[in-house]
Amino acid sequence: MTSIIAVLATILFASGAATAEPAADCDVPQSLIPTEADLTRVGSEIRDRHRLDISVVGSGSSALSGPDGARFAYPAQLERALRERLPGTEVKVMAHVQSRRSTADMASVLPKILADDRPALVIWQAGTVDALRGVEPDDFRASLDQGLDAIAAGNVDVILMNMQYSPRTESMLGISAYADVMRWVTEQRNIPLFDRFAIMHYWSDAGTFDLYAATRGYAMARRVHECIGRALASQIINAGHLDAAKMQTTR
Amino acid sequence: MAMAPPSAAPTSERDLRLDLIRGVALWLIFLDHIPENIVSWITIRNYGFSDATEIFIFISGYTAAFVYGRTMRERGFMLSSARILRRAWQIYVAHIFLFTIFLAEIAYVAATFDNPLYAEEMKILDFLKQPDITILQALLLKFKPVNMDVLPLYIVLLLLFPPMLFALLWRPNLALAGSAVVYALAWKLDWNLPAYPNGVWFFNPFAWQLLFVFGAWCALGGAHRLAAVLRSRIVFAVALAYLLFAFAITLTWHFESLDRFVPGWLAHWMYPIDKTNLDVLRFAHFLALAVVTVRFIPRHWPPLKWAILQPAIRCGQHSLEIFCLGVFLAFAGQFIIAEASGGPLLQTAISALGIIIMSATASLISWYKTVEGRSPRSRVKSPDADLAGGEA
Repeated sequence: MTSIIAVLATILFASGAATAEPAADCDVPQSLIPTEADLTRVGSEIRDRHRLDISVVGSGSSALSGPDGARFAYPAQLERALRERLPGTEVKVMAHVQSRRSTADMASVLPKILADDRPALVIWQAGTVDALRGVEPDDFRASLDQGLDAIAAGNVDVILMNMQYSPRTESMLGISAYADVMRWVTEQRNIPLFDRFAIMHYWSDAGTFDLYAATRGYAMARRVHECIGRALASQIINAGHLDAAKMQTTR
Repeated sequence: MAMAPPSAAPTSERDLRLDLIRGVALWLIFLDHIPENIVSWITIRNYGFSDATEIFIFISGYTAAFVYGRTMRERGFMLSSARILRRAWQIYVAHIFLFTIFLAEIAYVAATFDNPLYAEEMKILDFLKQPDITILQALLLKFKPVNMDVLPLYIVLLLLFPPMLFALLWRPNLALAGSAVVYALAWKLDWNLPAYPNGVWFFNPFAWQLLFVFGAWCALGGAHRLAAVLRSRIVFAVALAYLLFAFAITLTWHFESLDRFVPGWLAHWMYPIDKTNLDVLRFAHFLALAVVTVRFIPRHWPPLKWAILQPAIRCGQHSLEIFCLGVFLAFAGQFIIAEASGGPLLQTAISALGIIIMSATASLISWYKTVEGRSPRSRVKSPDADLAGGEA
C-alpha cells in the first residue's frame, strides 16, 4: 500500500514539477489570509522609498535541506513572488534560519537582527521547536512577547508564522497548545498571523499535496515552500494594502 | 469503622445514567483522539468549554466513592485502601501496555516515513535513540505521549484517594472544601508534577482532583443535599444561559470572522481557557451541563432500558477496558487513515467501526462477568457490587 502510494506520488509530483514550474496550482482561499491587521510600515516603505526589506527569523521548518536548499525554501520563494507582484519595488528577503532554535533563543537574537538588517518587516516563524522540547506554553508566550516587544520598539512590522501541518507526526507532536498561544498573542496585539498550519491543512484536504507521502525526493517539499512563499506574499500585499494597480499610479 | 453519618449513605442501586454518560464520554474521547477525523465535529468540545475528559473524571470519582466508600464503611480503611491501590496498579499496567503499542507505532513511522518537508517535525522521534531514558521516564509516568495523559492522572488521583475517601466519609463538606483549597493553591503557587523531557503534566493532578473529589462527594450523599439546588428554576436558567454563552464563544473559534463580536475586555479576562489547570470556566461549564442533564434525564428515565442505549451503558460499566481499547483503536484508526491518505468517508467508517468494536467488547466483558458470576463460589457477592467493584 505504502509503496504504491509512494510511486503514485512520485509520478504525480515529478510530472507536476516538470510542467507547472511558475504557476503552482495552490491558491489559498481569502479566508485563510485574513487582512484585519495592517502592515503600515510596509505600506509607507514601498510608497515612499520603493523598497521592502524583510527579515525571516525561524527554525528548521523555514529551511530546506538538499542541494541549493536555500534557493528553494520559502524565504527565497517569497522574495521571488514579491518582486513579481511589486514591480518597481526593490525587495530583499534576509533569512535567519537555524534548526533546533526555540522561541526563547530567537527572541534573544532578534534585537541584533533588527539592528543589522534594518528591515521594514519581520516574519517570525515559531512554535515547532518549543513543541518538540515541551516548553511550557506560558514560557513560550513570554518569549513571544519579549521578541514582539523588541520588534514593536523598532517600529517594525511583523507577521507571526505558526507550525506546519504534519499529519504523520500529529499523534506524537502536540502543537495545539502552542498554536493557541500564537493565535491569542496575535489577536491581542492586532498583528497578522500567517496560519501555515491551516493553509497546509487546506492543501491536504483539497488534494493539492499529499502530505502523508513518504518520499526522499525534494520535489514536493520545494513546491510546498514555493506555495508558502506565494501565500505569504499575498498576505503581505493584502495587509500592507499594496494593490499593484494602485502602486503603479502613485509612482 | 462506622464513622459516617447516616446522611452520607450512598444509594445502593447503580445509577445507569452515569454508565450511559460515561460510555458516551468514552466514545467521544475515542473520536477526539483521532487527529484527522471529520466525525469529531460532533463531540462536545466543539460546542462549549469543557469536554469528555471532565465527564470521565467526575464519573470516575463518583464511581470510586460509590464502590470503595461502601467497602470502607463495611470492611474498614485497610481493606478498602488495598483495593483502591490494586485498582491504581491495574491502571498503571494498562497505561504501560498502551505505551508499548505507541512505541511500536512510532518506531514504524520512524523507520518508514521520510520527507524532507518534515525534517524538523521528525525530530520528535529522536527519543527513540535513547530508549533507556525514554522507557524509564515512561515507567515513572513523566514521559507521556500525546493523548496518553488521562490514565496517569487517574492513577495519581487513586493513589491519593484512600485518605480523601476517609475524610469524605467523616466530614464530607470539609473534605470538599479542602480539595477546593488545594485547587486554589495549585493556581496560586503553580503546583504541578514535572514531565519529561520538559514542562509539567498536561492534566495537573492538583487541579483536576477537584472534579474527582466533587464526583466522590456527590456519590456520598452530596447529590441528595444538592437536590433542592438542582430543582431550582433559577439555577436551571443560569446553567442554560451559561451553556449558550459558551456555545457562542466557541462559535467564534470556528468562524474567525465572528471574533470581532467578542469584546476586548471579555477576551482579556477569559483567555486563555486553561485545560491543564482545569480552568474555572471549564469547571463551571461542566456543572452547567450536569444541571441541565439531570433535569432532562431523571434517574428512572425509561429509555435507559431501551436496547439502543445498552451499548453505551455497557461501555460505561467497563470503563477502564473500554478506555484503553479506545486509545488503541484511535492509534490504529489514525494509522490506517494515514496509510491510505483517507478522506471523510474512511474517517467516518473508522469512527463507526471503532464504536462498534468498543460496544462489542463491552458486551463480551459483561457476558463473561455474568457467566462467571453464576459459579457457586461467587454467588454470595451481589452481582451489582461485582460489576461496580471492578469498574471504579
